[in-house]
Amino acid sequence: MKNFDLKNGRRFYGHGIPHIKCEQLTGKLIVVEGADGSGRSTQIIRLVDWLETNGHPTVQVGLKRSSLVSAELDKAQQGNVLSRTTLALFYATDFADQLENIMIPALKAGFIVLADRYIYTLMARDMVRGMDEKWLKNLYGIAPEPDAVFYLSVEPEELVQRNLSKTATLDYWESGMDLGLSRNLFESFLDYQTKMQSTFHKLQKTYGFDIVDANRSTDAVTKELRKKIGALLEGK
Amino acid sequence: MKTFAELNFPGRLIAVEGLDGSGKSTQIYLLKRWLEAEGIKVYFSEWNSSELVKSATSKGKKRELLTPTTFSLIHATDFADRYERHLVPLLRAGYIVLCDRYVFTAFARDVTRGCPPDWVRGNYNFAAQPDLTMFFKADLEVSLNRILEGRPKLKFFEAGMDLNLSKDPYESFKIFQGRILEQYMAMSKEFNFVTMNANENVEKQQVIVRKLVSERIDLKKFKRRSPLPLPPSLPPTVEDKEELEDKSV
Repeated sequence: MKNFDLKNGRRFYGHGIPHIKCEQLTGKLIVVEGADGSGRSTQIIRLVDWLETNGHPTVQVGLKRSSLVSAELDKAQQGNVLSRTTLALFYATDFADQLENIMIPALKAGFIVLADRYIYTLMARDMVRGMDEKWLKNLYGIAPEPDAVFYLSVEPEELVQRNLSKTATLDYWESGMDLGLSRNLFESFLDYQTKMQSTFHKLQKTYGFDIVDANRSTDAVTKELRKKIGALLEGK
Repeated sequence: MKTFAELNFPGRLIAVEGLDGSGKSTQIYLLKRWLEAEGIKVYFSEWNSSELVKSATSKGKKRELLTPTTFSLIHATDFADRYERHLVPLLRAGYIVLCDRYVFTAFARDVTRGCPPDWVRGNYNFAAQPDLTMFFKADLEVSLNRILEGRPKLKFFEAGMDLNLSKDPYESFKIFQGRILEQYMAMSKEFNFVTMNANENVEKQQVIVRKLVSERIDLKKFKRRSPLPLPPSLPPTVEDKEELEDKSV
């Protein structure tokens, strides 16, 4: 396969990006996945702090942060006017823009790229909404395989508590309200997050990411992440 | 890829494809005018015209920050929005939908830009095949002249300047259009294109277009029940009022 580099073992999941060769991507790509309230952002802040203190240059990316479409995507979501395929492609555009303009240059320059969510969240959201997994896999075949993926797993009941204590409400999309599972936000949130979790477990079988028990304290999770990333950086 | 007819849609979709300057837009516009005059339920949809996606596309183009991948995806987003929001409901409702460019534009352009063909086709595989695709084939020189005469300045992506084919926009445009034409020709058979001679004069072509459409599609099935929208209702006459009063008693 032309998109596979034996030396550093990196590959694209599918067709990859035109004119980009895997062996050029010498940095490390570390992904943190998890629902809102799983502690993702906190852990990433801590990791950046730790990595930079130890002399590693880092770059951060996340969903809906591209300069190309993030504003339009926000607007579309507020009106909830886009159909599923459209929204999926819009998110893919946002991902591709950051991939090509931020992640790839950084990986070429040997940086550590920390991704606050990656294609797995995007795929899981669409799979829960009944979209074809094969279609999604082809679409996201542009993504390079990360060096590590940590899925911060938290029980839905615990997620509710954390979200409510933070914002006193539950997010419309994170509750999957567009699915019409329940008109009750609370019920819908639990139902949707349970579905998301089982989809992640299904994806885990294909993509083999690391499931981290994030029901534990922030410090305990940080400790585990550092240990695993430390080993990765040492080439173990 | 199945056509809308094969998928049992009551409506039919007609697409035109071709290079910039092939005259396809003029032809489909004249086709629309005719169908409307015939009292047929018709809807026209243009490539890259979804309101929501447009601002992102034009921003990307203006700042020249699109890569082949994002260029492809943003056009796919635009297409999906029109497809799901307009095309499918209208075809379900028995409309004749006319598309100025369809997925084949992406298949030709994005692949010319270096995107893997399977990836592009996979992304668009939610779309059914048109019931009729007319490919307007003009000599490359003819298309080029039409574009270059009308517009003195070529746009960056239009000229394929992102591909580094040539530093001269005109030279780049020529090479780029030539490659797109090759892509179109290569898929012509696979997708059942009806090739139209776009070097002919406009009126003659339109006669052929109309004949082809009426041969392929049983147009009388697509007529509106009421040929014209109803006139605005008149204020009730004295008799009407009396009648109403009679009834209410």
